[in-house]
Amino acid sequence: MPAEEPAVLAENLRKRYGDTRALDGFDLTVAPGTVHGLLGPNGAGKTTAVRVLATLLRPDSGTARVAGFDVVRQAGQARYRLGLVGQHAAVDELLSGRQNLEMFGRLYHLSAADARRRAGELLERFRLAGTGGKPVTQYSGGMRRRLDLAAGLILAPPVLFLDEPTTGLDPRARNEVWDAVRRLAASGTTVLLTTQYLEEADQLADRVSVIDHGRAIAEGTPDELKHRLGADRIDVVLHSLADLPAASALLARIAGAEAETDPDRRLVSVPVRDRMAALGELVPALASAGITAEDVALRRPTLDEVFLHLTAEQKEAVA
Amino acid sequence: MTMTLTAPSRSPLARLRWAFTDGWTITRRDLTHWANQPVQFVVNLLFSVMVLLMFGFLFGGAMSVPGGGGYQDFLVPGVLALTMVFGVEATFTAVSTDAQRGVTDRFRSLPMAPSAVVLGRCTADLLNAVLTLAALVVAGLLMGWRWHNGFAAALAAFGLLLLLRLAMLWLGIYLGLVTRSPEAVMALQILVWPLGFLSNAFVAPSTMPGWLGTIAEWNPLSATAAATRELFGNPGWGGEGWLAQHPLLLALLWPAVLTAVFCPLAIRRYRNLSR
Repeated sequence: MPAEEPAVLAENLRKRYGDTRALDGFDLTVAPGTVHGLLGPNGAGKTTAVRVLATLLRPDSGTARVAGFDVVRQAGQARYRLGLVGQHAAVDELLSGRQNLEMFGRLYHLSAADARRRAGELLERFRLAGTGGKPVTQYSGGMRRRLDLAAGLILAPPVLFLDEPTTGLDPRARNEVWDAVRRLAASGTTVLLTTQYLEEADQLADRVSVIDHGRAIAEGTPDELKHRLGADRIDVVLHSLADLPAASALLARIAGAEAETDPDRRLVSVPVRDRMAALGELVPALASAGITAEDVALRRPTLDEVFLHLTAEQKEAVA
Repeated sequence: MTMTLTAPSRSPLARLRWAFTDGWTITRRDLTHWANQPVQFVVNLLFSVMVLLMFGFLFGGAMSVPGGGGYQDFLVPGVLALTMVFGVEATFTAVSTDAQRGVTDRFRSLPMAPSAVVLGRCTADLLNAVLTLAALVVAGLLMGWRWHNGFAAALAAFGLLLLLRLAMLWLGIYLGLVTRSPEAVMALQILVWPLGFLSNAFVAPSTMPGWLGTIAEWNPLSATAAATRELFGNPGWGGEGWLAQHPLLLALLWPAVLTAVFCPLAIRRYRNLSR
């Protein structure tokens, strides 16, 4: 593979299901050795994109290459170079962890001895050595996910696809998976990761593509994207609904941006660039204006806001 | 890390070899299930033996065989054939569980031979059928059932039974790939009962109301049961119609038709997973 060749390349992928355009001109370039996040809401086309790239699904049109091999015409070669960890822990529940890894190793055409040795290495690496002999039915959610990851890494593939690897996991198990992904990335594996969570992309990804309606609508480092998306927000919950117009004007002046109000929740919300300075200015200003706040909170933009922002940008660009 | 990797080979002979090697890996997975869950495995074997004992001893006394002779001689071939039809449930459950859990997708993302998944399933399920038949035969012999036409004819009868199981395999694979909800497993578990009982397995169709008897006569299970009764030299249900007179032909024809319909459907369905 020449050095310039991207680890993952998708060009103008299209895939229709009836009237639904699951992929509608999807482009993606992932540099070797990086972690790339594919961020989007349910139904945006993330899973379809990963399934095409992992050779599970044929695109209607467009091309995709993994480690330099076309996923349709050279699917066999591509499969030797990619690992897939899907949304379910795709392991055999009735086998033990070790038996699972040995079986998948044999199906990767390792010799019996190599499959056995590799299973041992991976169990060790994912801290499953102690429980490797137990049937998977007795595993916790986090352990299953780790076994699932291990199964995707049997050939130490240069490219690994992770489809929503932490959906449905508790925070502890989620951290375990994040650790495992970080260690993989450190060892040089290219990782394409889909997620619904901005935080997850922020934690793990070198670059992020935001996908909506089957196409990438923004791409950049997490920091670049957050700057484009407007920065953090301050939310103020008022004691009295009557203060809403006054508080709204006050926040707008401090932040230098238009405030949004939600009368039902007695909420005023405003985006801020310099979060600490704005907060420091806001609290005394509220007090001197005689406005009582029940809660003042600094927070990151939610994914909803990211999408509202980006899709609004899109519409403007079209108009 | 040092690993000997077999490069993907294009030659047809190497591909065939990998199909069998990978198929055996998939088969071994089922054998490991049995070894990991010995109790479950024995209970599954004993289930069909229980059906045999229940009908032989609880209802057997009240049954009369149309052509005369002991009820167990009529019953055992019927239960053997019934068990082959019930096997569809095991195949269906295995296939749909793999599809739901994403195991099928993982297999499809591996550089293994695509046909191996089906080959492995067939081998494992047929092995299971052989073991189930063996358990039933032992129980039958203990109940006093015998075959009377020699060993070769008996072997042919077992061949027909496995042929029916093979036909059910394709049906099970197809249904498992089409319906993925856990509720469908329940529905099938219930539906196999009327499918199995609406046959000549336990009583002669001539004792049923006319239209039910006709359905029972046309049931593929009835064809295999009647043919194995003939091969074992056990009493049949003595029907007069064309169906009753040609059980051997039908016991070959029915599985062939079922396979001809559901094998291509199952393969197309598997290929269409990538659509």
